[in-house]
Amino acid sequence: MVGMNDPATVTEPRGTGLPGSARFSPRRRRQISQAVQYTLFVAVALTLVLVADWERVQRGFFDGTSAASMFPELITVAMKNTVIFTITGYVFGFALGLVVALMRLSSAVPNRIVALVFIEVFRGLPALLVFILIGFGLPIAFPGFSLPFGIYGTVALALGLVAAAYLAETFRAGIQAVPRGQMEAARSLGMSYSRAMVTIVVPQAIRIVIPPLTNELILLFKDSSLVFALGLTAATTELTKLGRDVSIEFATSTPLLLAGATYLVITVPLGYAVRRLEARQAKERR
Amino acid sequence: MSAAGDGSGRIVEIRGLSKSFGELEVLSGIDVTVEAGEVVCVIGPSGSGKSTLLRCVNMLEVPTAGSVHVSGVELTHRDVDIDAARRMIGMVFQQFNLFGHLSVMDNVTIAQRRVLRRSKSEAERVARENLAKVGVAEKASSYPPQLSGGQQQRVAIARALSMNPEVMLFDEPTSALDPELVGDVLGAMRQLAEEGMTMLVVTHEMQFAREVADRVLFMDEGVLVEQGPPSQVIADPHHERTRTFLARVLNPTHSGE
Repeated sequence: MVGMNDPATVTEPRGTGLPGSARFSPRRRRQISQAVQYTLFVAVALTLVLVADWERVQRGFFDGTSAASMFPELITVAMKNTVIFTITGYVFGFALGLVVALMRLSSAVPNRIVALVFIEVFRGLPALLVFILIGFGLPIAFPGFSLPFGIYGTVALALGLVAAAYLAETFRAGIQAVPRGQMEAARSLGMSYSRAMVTIVVPQAIRIVIPPLTNELILLFKDSSLVFALGLTAATTELTKLGRDVSIEFATSTPLLLAGATYLVITVPLGYAVRRLEARQAKERR
Repeated sequence: MSAAGDGSGRIVEIRGLSKSFGELEVLSGIDVTVEAGEVVCVIGPSGSGKSTLLRCVNMLEVPTAGSVHVSGVELTHRDVDIDAARRMIGMVFQQFNLFGHLSVMDNVTIAQRRVLRRSKSEAERVARENLAKVGVAEKASSYPPQLSGGQQQRVAIARALSMNPEVMLFDEPTSALDPELVGDVLGAMRQLAEEGMTMLVVTHEMQFAREVADRVLFMDEGVLVEQGPPSQVIADPHHERTRTFLARVLNPTHSGE
């Protein structure tokens, strides 16, 4: 279809593309093709708008009373907790992921095996299961032991473990993308392997993997909603939980839609900020 | 640590050095010594093992057999503190290998500060001195990607010099440069030689070897074929293999016949 529109592929003998001829010129064919596409698109949109039951849509998704009842808790409690859960989990996962990546690249076989098992287990397990194992499994296995900061500590650990498995693989890829000469130059200046890793290789590796690191942070924002499995109080509620609770109370989906929009309020500017950061770094260093 | 060659003015002493990568033997039974203040150039066809020899001197490649002493320290000893030993050995690479995330100044000071524990001001003073010596003082705040290859290589030389090494190793330092930038780097190396630095240089620059080297080694297929002053090895080689190689290098438009 695309190829047919390409003027370069048309090598008809002169005359066939002239007005009055039975065949259309390439330019004309492209216009027709686009017109058909736009018509189809408008037709589908119109059909949806006409067929939808707007009264019910309004009641279900744009209900003012239930939306108003979510404020200010939506921001002051739910969004705040979602951000705290995600950031603490990410910071812990970042540090643990880096350690696991370095173990994975270690010359010592036991280190490599431990790292590989960790990655395979926590990458393969559903995040929900990890939450349940940490939230209910740990207290059973170690009676009397409790993580600091209550639910916040539990969430940081569970989300961190999930994130660490993915981040470890991301860091490994980044470290391997740094040219070997960087390590050799650092070693030839008398740095030990670990010092060269920390001061020379890892900083460059992190710059290389900033886009997947951002992806993982955004994924974690969404995974933080799984904390509902641990049971939340009014003070520790987060976006999805609040949305669900208020939805049930008012028998409308509006609170869920509003909670969903709040995730976008966080993640869209985050993506924008990281793109800006990348562009600035690229410019600075060329 | 053993102390062979101590006090005799020998900086580098390589004995019976062999290196194999699996089945492939790239160096066999090499003996080389470099005296204090001497400039030794290693020439030979690509694949002759000359870069591997250089990389064995600071243990970037671990020899299969033989020993390497630098300033009396046996680097091939299994209990050697290799990081401490490498501080005596400056290395300049074909691909420069500047740290891309650090400014020129940080490139030159980071090992001084982290390895030698020099203060920031002391490290920066030494860095400025060495950057000025190789003619890139005004680039201190630039980042490596902003520099030409010739400037990057001179920063790399300043970086190695700032550790006050006993010997400098150069691994084809001009092979990755555009032809018009080669002169600046060779000029910096020539100045270093005149100041009495001990240097072991793997190079294809015959003119440099002829004018600057005290001694030239010709290597082929992992063995040291011949060595001597440049007037002998380059101008009047004894071995057929050396003659064939030099004929190709010095008259590249002829077929070498």
